[in-house]
Amino acid sequence: MFYRRAGIRHTRYEDERQLFPLTFDRVLIIAILVLLLSAPFWVERLYLVGYMVPWLIWSGAALGLNLLMGGAGQIHLGYGAVIGIGAYTSVHLVRFGVPLELAMIAGGLMSALIGSIFGAAALRVKGIYLAMATLAMQYIVDFFTQTKIISGGSLATLQVPPVSFLGISLKGDVATYYFCFGVTFLIALYMLNIRRTSFGRALAAVREKDYAAQILGVSTYRYKLLAFWVSSFIGGVVGSVLAVAYLRAISPDQFHLELSVQLLAMVIVGGLGSVLGPFLGAALILFAPIVLNNALGAAASAFGTDIPIDLRAHMPLLAYGLMIVLFLLYEPLGLAKIYDNFRKYLLVWPFRHAQK
Amino acid sequence: MDFFLIAELVINGVFVGLMYALVSLGIVLIYKTSGLVNLAQGALAMTGAYITWMVGNYFGMPIWISIPAAVVFMFFGGVFIERSALRRMIGQPVIMAIMLTLGIEIALRGLLPGVFGAAVKKLDIGVSPAPLFVGDILINQSIMIGGVVSLALILSSLAFFNSRYGIVMRAVADDQTASWSVGIRVEKAIAVAWGLAAVSATGAGILWGATQGVDWSLSLLLIKALAIAILGGLDSIPGVILAGVIVGVAESLATGVVDPFVQASTRDIVASVIILATLLFKPHGLFGHEHIERV
Repeated sequence: MFYRRAGIRHTRYEDERQLFPLTFDRVLIIAILVLLLSAPFWVERLYLVGYMVPWLIWSGAALGLNLLMGGAGQIHLGYGAVIGIGAYTSVHLVRFGVPLELAMIAGGLMSALIGSIFGAAALRVKGIYLAMATLAMQYIVDFFTQTKIISGGSLATLQVPPVSFLGISLKGDVATYYFCFGVTFLIALYMLNIRRTSFGRALAAVREKDYAAQILGVSTYRYKLLAFWVSSFIGGVVGSVLAVAYLRAISPDQFHLELSVQLLAMVIVGGLGSVLGPFLGAALILFAPIVLNNALGAAASAFGTDIPIDLRAHMPLLAYGLMIVLFLLYEPLGLAKIYDNFRKYLLVWPFRHAQK
Repeated sequence: MDFFLIAELVINGVFVGLMYALVSLGIVLIYKTSGLVNLAQGALAMTGAYITWMVGNYFGMPIWISIPAAVVFMFFGGVFIERSALRRMIGQPVIMAIMLTLGIEIALRGLLPGVFGAAVKKLDIGVSPAPLFVGDILINQSIMIGGVVSLALILSSLAFFNSRYGIVMRAVADDQTASWSVGIRVEKAIAVAWGLAAVSATGAGILWGATQGVDWSLSLLLIKALAIAILGGLDSIPGVILAGVIVGVAESLATGVVDPFVQASTRDIVASVIILATLLFKPHGLFGHEHIERV
């Protein structure tokens, strides 16, 4: 009724293989892209910088983590450290006078290199051991980023000098927004397409049953390591974007376990293995604590009760934890699955029984 | 290098390591029965310490009532976590269950400091803070008592595994399907393992809370407990004792000997380095059994 699959006849293989075979999906995507591209003209500056930019950056990071967790089925508890490596590498290079374009790639390569070294060590074992190896990675990288050579100490901050990307200065809010949008758009496009390549299919085989994939001739170790490499590269690039476009001054405590936990929550809440998921997850995880906090504050002043400051300070952690638990228990594939159910319902409405 | 300094570091390290080992006892118990690693163990230790402090402070109970109260509460808390959350994950990939325990860890770390306040709480279990002098060696008394109590608790868990219900749990650890077929209630055994894990976490939480005060940082015991569990082989209780001593001594020596050279606090990464080194050179730990996967 609202939109349909019936009557859409693909007469060429290319038509069926395109990213969005249904016209409605294509229109929806274009509408969302237009909304996002025109955001600087109708969204207030404060919201643009304070909400849209972090949402885009965190979505990009969650997409990178999702390739590893949802795509290849490998757990990673130290993704914040990967982002930190990229951020520090690129900021140091930029401070040396290297152009941002090169510094971003160098940050990505450095993250990929270090991430894959830990990955290679961890991939000798799997599952639970991998979780702990990546947790160990988080702490070891934290230790090194706190040294004097890299960050100047555990409390020191490193200023990011004014930078420009492809000749456009990233000083203004609008330029920064389009820069973040471009990077996240590229990552999302890559993730959408990766599922149609041999690499993506090999990852799916590894995720479902690794020794079965090995028997079919997919080199499990190689593809797991490749997944670590690609995912860490994306993490590093996003790290440098985060540093130059949002934080603008970085300190070691911004890349601690809290960031890893935040990203993990985004991936799980959003939906493992989906491209839409990280965007929804990032929005929920970033904004739910703010909304909750405001709601608590409003409720407190409305009922005249005092809500302890400690409770409000710990609200984000509590919300992340509860959201991870509840989503894993009740909708393990996350918000993306909820959207998918809704979409499927509309596809056949009002003939519900036609779904199967 | 001063001999007495080294001896002091080693002795204190052994006791600290035994206190860490008590946390990882719970990880081993749960791994043995249900084959997954409980990443909420650190938060359970923190919860136990907070409950003990709460019973003592809000209801004005003496310490010899608040400790048993916390232990009983946490036993049922552990059973409740298994019953309400982990049991639904049976049949799901093990990664999902691990992330669920991580979610519980994060939620508890937000809940308890949020409700009771983030300031460090003092938990007095009647151990004098004065150090003990043995010749020229200085021993921290609360750590010594903590280490001895931990060792006693770990040894008593070994004794428990020789009791009737302990044998049931060993059967479940060995083969769940086979235990099912002889009439053992596997899910009940797993629930009891969770309860006992929460109890051991509570014990460790109380001992650590008495040493360093009760606050969220007790949940950081997780990484040390994981290092011990992995080094010991994840499914061996004697392994926990030995690995605990190794980790404790290594950490203590790193603080006392390595730190002055590198001008940095190496204490926090000793556990991480041990995890990585174990996975690289002996993935199944000192006493662990190699897991063979059948297609």
